[in-house]
Amino acid sequence: MRARHQTSHGWGRVLHAEEEVLRPERQAMLERLVAKDPAPAVGNRRSYGDAALNSGGRVIDMTRLDRCLSFDAGTGVLEVEAGTTMGDLLALCAPLGWMPPVLPGTGEATVGGCIANDVHGKNHHGAGSFGQHVLSLTLLGKDGARQVTPGETPDLFRATLGGLGQTGVILSARLQLVPCKGEMVRVRERRMDGIAEFLSAFDASRASYSVGWIDATAQGDALGRGILEEGEVIAGDAPPPGRTRRVPVALPPLLVSAPAVRLFNALYLRRVPEAGRDRERPLADFFFPLDRLHDWNLVYGKKGFHQFQCVLPEGEEQALTPMLERIAESGLASPLAVLKRLGPGRAGMMSFPMAGMTLAVDFPNRPEAEALAMELEWMAVEAGGRIYLAKDTLSDPDLMARMYPEAGEFARIVTEADPKGHFQTDLVRRLKLRDPR
Amino acid sequence: MSNESWLILGATSSMARAFARAVAERGAMVLLAGRDMADLEHVAADCRLRGARGAAALAFDARKPKGFEALIDRLCAEAGTLNVAVFVGSMPEQSEIDADPALLARTVEQNFTGPATLLHRLAPQLAQRGSGTIVGVGSVAGDRGRLGNYVYGAAKAGFATYLSGLRNRLGREGVHVMTVKPGFVDTAMTWGIEGMFLVASPDQVARDIHRGVRKRRNVLYTPFFWMGIMGIIRTIPEALFKRLKI
Repeated sequence: MRARHQTSHGWGRVLHAEEEVLRPERQAMLERLVAKDPAPAVGNRRSYGDAALNSGGRVIDMTRLDRCLSFDAGTGVLEVEAGTTMGDLLALCAPLGWMPPVLPGTGEATVGGCIANDVHGKNHHGAGSFGQHVLSLTLLGKDGARQVTPGETPDLFRATLGGLGQTGVILSARLQLVPCKGEMVRVRERRMDGIAEFLSAFDASRASYSVGWIDATAQGDALGRGILEEGEVIAGDAPPPGRTRRVPVALPPLLVSAPAVRLFNALYLRRVPEAGRDRERPLADFFFPLDRLHDWNLVYGKKGFHQFQCVLPEGEEQALTPMLERIAESGLASPLAVLKRLGPGRAGMMSFPMAGMTLAVDFPNRPEAEALAMELEWMAVEAGGRIYLAKDTLSDPDLMARMYPEAGEFARIVTEADPKGHFQTDLVRRLKLRDPR
Repeated sequence: MSNESWLILGATSSMARAFARAVAERGAMVLLAGRDMADLEHVAADCRLRGARGAAALAFDARKPKGFEALIDRLCAEAGTLNVAVFVGSMPEQSEIDADPALLARTVEQNFTGPATLLHRLAPQLAQRGSGTIVGVGSVAGDRGRLGNYVYGAAKAGFATYLSGLRNRLGREGVHVMTVKPGFVDTAMTWGIEGMFLVASPDQVARDIHRGVRKRRNVLYTPFFWMGIMGIIRTIPEALFKRLKI
């Protein structure tokens, strides 16, 4: 099979890799490839850093293995190939009365990527992580295919969910879908005047889906102000999807300069009237708001951006205040800043979620941004929290065991599953995730 | 629900799969023919879930005409409008053919005589029903013999000429024949080849073909701008063209 030589990058466009990319279109081609010359699998590369990069090596692009293999309309059990995107699944299943139980913030993420990063969605506080709804998966290694289930192969299952592709190539998965009332979401939007109001609103919220947008440039009394969105899926047919727009080239970083962001954020906040409002939006618009702007990562210019995402454990939420103060002072914040309550649900050893609050902020890639992100990471670690490896470009191998207590066990199981290290990626090498601890 | 049935030849290719999805979404019956039966079953399952009235995987090898009868019988067993889309084809490197001239016959069989033989056997049945569409996927490579792939191009040119004649014959019987000439498409055939430009996705091409069928186009360049590009390439005088490497 012919390989394509290319320079790949993470979604944040900060980290790059020279790679050979193979793209099998049928399972038989993939099986031959993995038996002969195993390499890490990648999907649509929505990880921000280097989780899907393999410098100087080969990767297997899974995006052409995107078929739905079986579906039981009675039980909602769906088997799909790993290259299927979440957006495709949602569009396919919703008219049949079912939907994926967990949806990440972009519909471009593949099922394989959602498993390998054990992603969460706006309903994490109630529904848990994506991996908790995976009934079984087929994993390909040099020795062939094997079924991995939480019941029969619990260690391998827990090392594969959130396991960054290190146990093998995820070929397909059986997912338990949830009933879906219709194709629309009733969204209640309310302005939040500051971090204290935000936190108590999350505590009081009974909505299935909730997410907060934060104006990360606001300081003083307005620190942590923003908009809380709460959603419920309701009956109704969605109008045909609108046109997606494309960012054609890397834009000058003027758009993410401090004054531009302050202005944008102030206007964005005022979009929602003071008394709040209710809106009805199509499923895809609510779950994947940024997908309408294709290649939006180019807005940050040629140098790209870092996304910092951490979770702070329950009871340590007060640590958000100094973090938000540091972000606002820095003048580095972009309009993309998200706050959300997480529940305890997680499916794997290296899964990100823990019960508490998660904060995600984008910073344009300037020299000060690295120092700021590391400072924030330290604050999170001190509070007993952790950062999300799917977003990371900067972390330190020495911090891994503190943030991920099962990192040692993970390394052991992965080494057993892939002793020769065929599935290593740049992220795994950078953070030494395979080293015994 | 649609009363169409589509026989799709070469149904494991990414372009054919995208087209199969497009017709499945409109409720058609899809008969998926190719060599990798396991993969065809996957395509069939996917089509059923996407709204196909029915879907089946069938064995087809362009180089084994003995198997054609079974396919034709299977399609003709369906009520309603019968349609065929030919996506079969293979493009060996020109250098491989130069090293092994036996490959020339195989390339012509895969891209031209195999599918044309099947269409020729099917033509009377379609004419009898007086409806339906035949979609034949050729290539812009068939518009001019180029240094890089002239055996493949010659086979596609032969197929295009055949389709033109078939259109002439069946048009008066109520059966429409559409020739499709894709430019560079992001498939396994072009993956990793240097110098590709203006590459279209299989989905984009499938949508174009689907629209072309509805509008009963005769010859469809997809994406559309290839009509202009090939128009220019066709007008270059042979005395100049023979010195070019394009």
